[in-house]
Amino acid sequence: MRLDRRTHVPLHLVILAPLAAVFAALVLAAGLIAAAGVNPLTAYAEMLKGAFGSRLSITEMLTRATPLIFTGLAAAVAFRARLWNIGGEGQFFVGALVTAGIGHSLGVPGWIGIPLLMLAGMAAGALLLAVPAFLRLRFGVDEVVTTLLLNFIVILFVGLMIEGPMRDPMAFGWPSSVPVDGDFRLPELIPRSRLHIGLIFAIAAAAAVWMVLARTVFGAETRAAGLNADAATFAGISLPRTIMGVAFLSGALAGLAGSIEVMGVTAGVTTTMSPGFGYAGIVVAMLAALHPAGVVAAAVFVAAVFVGADAMSRATGIPSFIADVIVALCLLTMIVALLLTTYRVRR
Amino acid sequence: MTKALELNGITKRFGTLTANDDVTLTLDQGEILALLGENGAGKTTLMNILFGHYAADEGSVRVFGMDLPSGKPRAAIDAGVGMVHQHFTLAGNLTVLDNIMLGAEPLTRMRSARAEAREKLMRIANRFGLPVKPEARVSMLSVGERQRVEILKALYRDARILILDEPTAVLARPEAMRLFETLRDMTKEGLSLIFISHKLHEVMAASDRVAVLRGGKMVAERKTSESSAGELAELMVGRRVERPVRQDHMIGAPVLVANAIRVEDAGESRLDDMSFTVHAGEILGIVGVSGNGQAALGALLSGLMHPAKGELTLAGEDIAAQGPRGVIRAGAGRVPEDRHAEGVVGDLSLWENAVLERLRTPEFSRRGFVRQSAARAYCAELIERFDIRGATPDTRIGLLSGGNMQKLILGRVLANNPRFVLANQPTRGLDEGAIAAVHAELLKARAEGAAILLISEELEEAVALSDRIQAIVKGRLSKPISALEANPQRLGLMMAGVWKEDVDAA
Repeated sequence: MRLDRRTHVPLHLVILAPLAAVFAALVLAAGLIAAAGVNPLTAYAEMLKGAFGSRLSITEMLTRATPLIFTGLAAAVAFRARLWNIGGEGQFFVGALVTAGIGHSLGVPGWIGIPLLMLAGMAAGALLLAVPAFLRLRFGVDEVVTTLLLNFIVILFVGLMIEGPMRDPMAFGWPSSVPVDGDFRLPELIPRSRLHIGLIFAIAAAAAVWMVLARTVFGAETRAAGLNADAATFAGISLPRTIMGVAFLSGALAGLAGSIEVMGVTAGVTTTMSPGFGYAGIVVAMLAALHPAGVVAAAVFVAAVFVGADAMSRATGIPSFIADVIVALCLLTMIVALLLTTYRVRR
Repeated sequence: MTKALELNGITKRFGTLTANDDVTLTLDQGEILALLGENGAGKTTLMNILFGHYAADEGSVRVFGMDLPSGKPRAAIDAGVGMVHQHFTLAGNLTVLDNIMLGAEPLTRMRSARAEAREKLMRIANRFGLPVKPEARVSMLSVGERQRVEILKALYRDARILILDEPTAVLARPEAMRLFETLRDMTKEGLSLIFISHKLHEVMAASDRVAVLRGGKMVAERKTSESSAGELAELMVGRRVERPVRQDHMIGAPVLVANAIRVEDAGESRLDDMSFTVHAGEILGIVGVSGNGQAALGALLSGLMHPAKGELTLAGEDIAAQGPRGVIRAGAGRVPEDRHAEGVVGDLSLWENAVLERLRTPEFSRRGFVRQSAARAYCAELIERFDIRGATPDTRIGLLSGGNMQKLILGRVLANNPRFVLANQPTRGLDEGAIAAVHAELLKARAEGAAILLISEELEEAVALSDRIQAIVKGRLSKPISALEANPQRLGLMMAGVWKEDVDAA
């Protein structure tokens, strides 16, 4: 058996690949569900209902998709330039922490404060990724290791802050930071739901990233540097500048996810506020084949799996951890699907 | 005597493309057959069918009179067919012996029979005159030594027919000549050989018989002794191809001046005390055995390396400290040594590659946005002007043949009317037609007044194109000689570092 590079990848394959990957992952997970003693079709029906079955489930699902769009974009931008940012989770948390830290005592009106806090979150995320990116450029330190390990450092630091200086005295011992000022809560998108205008920001961010990658000089240089760093350097494209630019953009997007989650949903920072948004963003980016438009769709899917699995768990008694299994399986099947779209298998 | 190999009416189609069309070919025992053809003529496909990588749509393969089942590499190996691929298939982190044993032993065996294997390897190595160190790590070996390991790998599996795919593509001239001597000796041990090539001089030097493929069809078979390079070239290309000839004309003022340049890399000297001048309308040829500093010289003039000492000026402007962009801005055009590694981004389209060096100029971007329609139009112009075949501006450039890819690189350089052109191995790996086209473009740029520095390992090319020639040896340059005084002997001496007497003569 051998793999031949396809000379041309037809559009239907590009669209079919993630769908086939998701289907394959669901079939594989069905084995586990059956092993738990539940008919997989029943379980998946419950899941679908849990994610799309009512007004509440849809708004909850979209609330969950909002940070995933940002972290998915963060991963997609970085991976396109071959900067392996596994630190979305850490960047999410620094974005959240800085937003909460400034946002509880900032004496400006909301319409100034909200953009300001968003910028602060973005700056925090960007700086957190700039350090590993710089270490890679300067000393050749593998950014997979540094970004991954920084996640744990950041989360422990968040724990330290909310147990200590940023602790909310009104939270009855619950470890949470002081909530942001009410003026800085994002308006509801749909009344009487948790869904906030952050979703609009996320979709706008996807469009903006798309524009930057496809149309700008920075996007073109990023693509060239990611695909063939030597040829890009030969052509006069500065690799360090490109990588640092990508690091700032990617880190800022993940930091913005944390900032918006605080202002839109949680108000204060807790160590449990993210069910792995940063890591799931990697899956989102892969399912989207690193395309910004695909990121929005993939984020909705992953959010549906998480929200739906909670409902399924309540209805059937299967642990909701099945959601993690499905999402992880999607990553694996998507990698296979991407291989099969790029290459043709010959006997 | 039974034929070592008979290919009978082989046809192979890929979709609408017929890669091999009713090809019939025989190989006698103890014979060296050269399979000659341009890139894309179907040579490699044919050998892959023989070796069982592909199944033929029609036709049969017989090895020593026995039918070979199609599409089974294992059957081909068992029948005594060994293949040495152009791109080596060795694991660099393993030893020579490990690489040779890999796949030759059944997985089910508990203990690996290293001692026996080692003994067998040494026996084969001695018999065929292929000295090798079994415990050396492959990554530490030179390219020539690695190729020897590849050949031994095939022989270890008791190959009696050896197929070598472009065996000299990675070798310097003397290494190549040594390889052919070894192959000749191997036939005395009863081996039969096919080597694939598009280089006429090695076909003439090393084969008993030549089979010429063109467009998937077998167009001719000749005894080498009864043919000539000229005839074979015509058969291979299908028409007369003549490399263009340099016309004498007036040489202009100095454009690129290097004075006592020293380049260091990681504390080691790469170039030392290097001085040369390229004038407007002149081609200065730099010849030398591969690995004598050509790469560093190329990097220096591309703006990728910077001199530790000495001066480098382009049209009076100091470019010693400039990066690629600064060098381009000063008026340099650069054709890199390795077009796949440095010349193009294979996964991007033609138009993106065409403007890669000039993305930030007002011509191709405005306020940070790429002017895509301008870039596409410019690329279409290059395709037209430089006769790039089988491509539109949106084609992925990795799909182009080497010759067409090189034409795009050359086009993107020459379309800027550069004052100075660095042409680093501009025809390496190209077929005759493409070589003639590249030469013609370089000579045209020369006629229009560009100063050209040609780095080449092909002596014929350097002599044909250059006005003056200098040899590079261990990072130092000989004094220049006029191309009129150049002959193979004198250049050979220069490349060996013997030029002291020339200093006085020049």
